[in-house]
Amino acid sequence: MATNAESGDDELQFRDPEKAEQLTDELEALMDEIGEPVNVMHVCGSHEQAIAKFGLRSILPDDLTVRMGPGCPVCVTNMPEVDEAVALAEEGKIVATYGDMFRVPGTEKSLADARDEGADVRVVYSASEAAEIAEEEPDREVIFFATGFETTAAPTAAVLTSDPPENFSVLSAHKYVPPAMEVVAEMPDTDVDGFLAAGHAATITGYGLFEDFVEDYETPAVVGGFEPIDVLYALARLLEFIRDDEAGLENAYPRCVTEEGNVPAKQQLWEVFDTTSGEWRGIAEIPDANLVLSEDYAHFDARERFDIDVDPGAADPLTEDCICGDIMAGQADPDECELFGEECTPQDPVGACMVSSEGTCKIWLEYGGQPDL
Amino acid sequence: MCLGIPGEIIEIDGNEARAEFWDVEKTVRIDVVDEAVEVGDHILNHAGFAIRKIPDDEVEETMEIYESFLEGDEDEALEEIGAGEGEQLGIEGR
Amino acid sequence: MTNTDNVGEDDAVETDGDANSDGYTDDDEVITHAHGAGGGQMTELVDAVAVSQFADAAADVGLAALDDGSVQPIDDDHSVVVTTDSHVVTPLFFRGGDIGRLAVSGTVNDLAMMGATEPLALTSSLIIEAGTPQTTVERVTESMREACEEAGATVTTGDTKVMGSGEMDTLAINTTGVAVVPKGGHVPDAGLSVGDRLIVSGTVGDHGISLLSEREGFDFGGDLESDVQPVNDLVRAAMDAGEVTAMKDPTRGGLATVLNEMASKADVGIDVEERSVPVSGPVSSAGEVLGIEPFDVACEGVVVMGVASEDAADVLDALRDNPKGEDAAIVGEVVDDHTGQVVLDTGFGRRYLSPPEGEQLPRIC
Repeated sequence: MATNAESGDDELQFRDPEKAEQLTDELEALMDEIGEPVNVMHVCGSHEQAIAKFGLRSILPDDLTVRMGPGCPVCVTNMPEVDEAVALAEEGKIVATYGDMFRVPGTEKSLADARDEGADVRVVYSASEAAEIAEEEPDREVIFFATGFETTAAPTAAVLTSDPPENFSVLSAHKYVPPAMEVVAEMPDTDVDGFLAAGHAATITGYGLFEDFVEDYETPAVVGGFEPIDVLYALARLLEFIRDDEAGLENAYPRCVTEEGNVPAKQQLWEVFDTTSGEWRGIAEIPDANLVLSEDYAHFDARERFDIDVDPGAADPLTEDCICGDIMAGQADPDECELFGEECTPQDPVGACMVSSEGTCKIWLEYGGQPDL
Repeated sequence: MCLGIPGEIIEIDGNEARAEFWDVEKTVRIDVVDEAVEVGDHILNHAGFAIRKIPDDEVEETMEIYESFLEGDEDEALEEIGAGEGEQLGIEGR
Repeated sequence: MTNTDNVGEDDAVETDGDANSDGYTDDDEVITHAHGAGGGQMTELVDAVAVSQFADAAADVGLAALDDGSVQPIDDDHSVVVTTDSHVVTPLFFRGGDIGRLAVSGTVNDLAMMGATEPLALTSSLIIEAGTPQTTVERVTESMREACEEAGATVTTGDTKVMGSGEMDTLAINTTGVAVVPKGGHVPDAGLSVGDRLIVSGTVGDHGISLLSEREGFDFGGDLESDVQPVNDLVRAAMDAGEVTAMKDPTRGGLATVLNEMASKADVGIDVEERSVPVSGPVSSAGEVLGIEPFDVACEGVVVMGVASEDAADVLDALRDNPKGEDAAIVGEVVDDHTGQVVLDTGFGRRYLSPPEGEQLPRIC
């Protein structure tokens, strides 16, 4: 976005159009050398936001397709999980949620709908704000609907380990990405030549955990940052690996990512959370990719504290035509969905891909998707 | 995901810090950052928590990596930050 | 604002199917926040409850045009411009202004957007929740008076109603504005022609980002504040300097919304150079931190105008001569391409700038 900010010039270097042009020339040259179409998958909603917002697809080589895989934690949060949060809100408890999840539809309604009907749902910017609400309202139960990947689970863990009030609890819908990448890499129809890995998740987990991944799946991965120059550079390095037929792994975001990651945050994360298998919306069951509170923290687990009366209800018949799962797995584009822009719009979404600010479908509708620009 | 914004610490109070993000300030928690931070340090903020202390010279080093890559020297750059000249890797058009 | 005072631990929210005392059941479409947010659902609602209900008067600009006001001829030489707005804002008093200033500015500006820069009369209807301190209301109307003085306007008639405590949220204001223009001298929002330049009179996103931050308690330090102000003098200067072909003020939904509306109403395309659009440092920074685009949120003291290309430089100078227009800039051009859509040159590539749907919320992902 246009900015008149004078401070923080360092970061603006990562938005230097001249360097961007040089990097896209480089991408063109590499694609020429490769000589055939290339499919890159990224697994991060913020990468999709960055690519779309800066109009990067309009300058990428024609034969290079960059598509979003299961990288939108909001998109993959299952309807029953939203239903749990809605049920708690409808019982008169305070439910705090990130803005991203506020309008995501459950089986019948979203938290936004519940609020319109009188429930006390609060949008927060930070997990710590949710704990503060609990302190300010000692006579009410305050449940934090904790969504997001490991990057966001780390703050939740921090809040839980710093003595939250007794009336505070967490309904965890956190997810863990690496198992999902494996599931996608294993799908028979997956046609991915390289992965652009998520830089901020890797800030927590480190990039070391991708070493086995690239070896097992014989597919290169580059951990990338989110400024335009970061993204273009990461893609260029990925194309080099592809050109050389090398299942390489590179950290292209060294200012934030190290091999080990953020060790204290990781330790805290795994103290507070356990993994369990669960269904990611539209991508069937993924082993060990849902984060739930560990036994030591059961006391703050909303699912333990409350008897949540979730009635799955009748699923919207349109969900049968929803191909969010295929879109997230990178196997289809939004405009291949019958419902795209018709029955499924941001104001009336069927699948979460249309609601989430980083959902592929919403971004396609918002930014015109695949550019004819 | 996720939205991560770089900022500079200007004040510290226990497990909270006041950080400057270009022209505005915000309070962030500093209890999950990977190393101890001081006033003047740069951090990456995600959802109100600093999740990384960005080393002072990293921005400069990263830009140098990008520069060297464009000049065809990225292998050398990765080993020896700031290397300005070296072997071409045969990428045309530089 | 949802009133949740009556929902406590033991109060479940009623969702059974029986008709309640207002006579509707769960099967009826209910109005939600989304209907008030300015996007597609609001358009549908307005169509259903307003446009399709009222017969079109003989007008230069009628209800169906959904412009910032209506324009009707009164004799061979003059037309009357009418506009109305209701204002509900939380908090009532915010950095840079208050609901009173917002009400007067909003209506004066809507008149100005139609080319009517000399307001003849304003009305002010107040709906007040019982229990509100009188001094609060006095502060508001005092602020309205100040804004009127700035705009060269005055309130000549009004109304006051009091509702029971808990039946509404403190204060709502409706203002209607009336002005006279020479016949044919009004400016529609649908008037863009290919080749026109687009000018923005000041920095964008200030009101929206500032209000959101204040309401949600994000303490960003000192510099964020609403830009709420009457800009009829700015518009007058522009119209005197050259041919202004179309105008709209980017209130709810921001710059992105009005550019799209102007493009689709005129059946043209618009190309915008992102880096030309003036955005203040604090607004840009806060937007980055919250994950919200300044182009998607309200401005309350800014005009977007289409200007005939040969006059663009003169109009820009005239705007910049006024302190309210010191950041004015030419941001784009009307083109004969991608009809009804706005394309943004980001400095790296190009993308469509689409109107935001609904209230913008901070995001973490």
